[in-house]
Amino acid sequence: MSQQEILAELAQIVNEIAGVPAADVTPEKTFLDDLDVDSLSMVEIATAAEDKFGIRIPDDDLKDLKTVGDAVAYIEKAGVSV
Amino acid sequence: MRIASTPTWSRIAAIGEHRPAATLSNDDLAARGVDTNDEWIRTRTGISRRHIAGPDETVVSMAIDAAAKALASAGFTGADVDLVVLATCTMTRQIPGGAARVATGIGAPGVGAFDVNAACGGFCYALSVASDAVRVGSARRAVVIGSERITDFIDWPDRGTSILFGDGAAAVVVEGSDQPGIGPVAWGSDGDSYTSVWIPEDDWAIRMDGQAVFRWATTHLAPVAQQACELAGVELSELNAFVPHQANVRIIDALARSLKLPDHVVVARDIATTGNTSAASVPLALSSLVSAGEVSSGDLALLLAFGAGLTYAGQVVRIP
Repeated sequence: MSQQEILAELAQIVNEIAGVPAADVTPEKTFLDDLDVDSLSMVEIATAAEDKFGIRIPDDDLKDLKTVGDAVAYIEKAGVSV
Repeated sequence: MRIASTPTWSRIAAIGEHRPAATLSNDDLAARGVDTNDEWIRTRTGISRRHIAGPDETVVSMAIDAAAKALASAGFTGADVDLVVLATCTMTRQIPGGAARVATGIGAPGVGAFDVNAACGGFCYALSVASDAVRVGSARRAVVIGSERITDFIDWPDRGTSILFGDGAAAVVVEGSDQPGIGPVAWGSDGDSYTSVWIPEDDWAIRMDGQAVFRWATTHLAPVAQQACELAGVELSELNAFVPHQANVRIIDALARSLKLPDHVVVARDIATTGNTSAASVPLALSSLVSAGEVSSGDLALLLAFGAGLTYAGQVVRIP
């Protein structure tokens, strides 16, 4: 899966869970300040991403994912197996 | 053995509640020195205010009041009851439990009576055992109560817990029925996570790892809800209401999302004005839906309780 495809799927997840328009979910945006996605929503997003991408995102790693770009890179590195 | 015939099914015949008179708003909490504000609490938890038991409102007295109201609403008295099951985890002394005093208090002195401690999971556990008792002939009519005075165990400066919890009680009357009114329970536990929400050794107050509880609840409970529906032979889309433990509105919303509940299914969000009342939470939320006319007699509701232990239990019921 390319970074583009990961970003598109992630944007859909963020939209479904946090109501953020998918078009606003771009790599340089921070979840908390730019997209108004708090830590509880991040847990839900992580769970949905785990299901969608077939990976695990432990709490310790989750707290380091500050921007959308961080999350896309993490998902790619974790080895999407879809 | 020659056992007399018993009812085929069980049902909830009535519901009653006791919400303490005193309330605490988010602003009141901030004024008490809790480092928080109204907006933060409302967006993170969905709570605007909660009820706080006064000195005369104990676990036992609130349970008696809720039970008496439930009985009266269906034209019953204590003489019609032969089992009392009290779900609670906030008795201030472990010995004795409260159920025997509740039995006396409602005019059913001497009947079978016991407490169930499965923390916030307690009500659905208690309802299940009462339902079974009635179906097997161990009781004709049971009163099942969730009653908590959680604020006795809250450390107010600890905003991880103090913003969440409230006090109260609600009760249902359970009796035999010729139509199924209470489905089989789907229940379970996770003892490895017993420290996620607990009163630690050498501590007196409830402490919680909110993030861990949120993560556990939003990942592990959807299958339990589905199983409870399967056991009752009901599709999720056939439900009229979903009544989860009112732990946090963010958990409730996440569960409703992951279950993909259709829009017509009313989701209980009693937490907004009542807070998290542990074992009282599910029956209080159910009572609110009924009082507000958001569900009608005969409607199908999925109850789902979960909490410290960790423990969880859920079943489909028909609204009385």
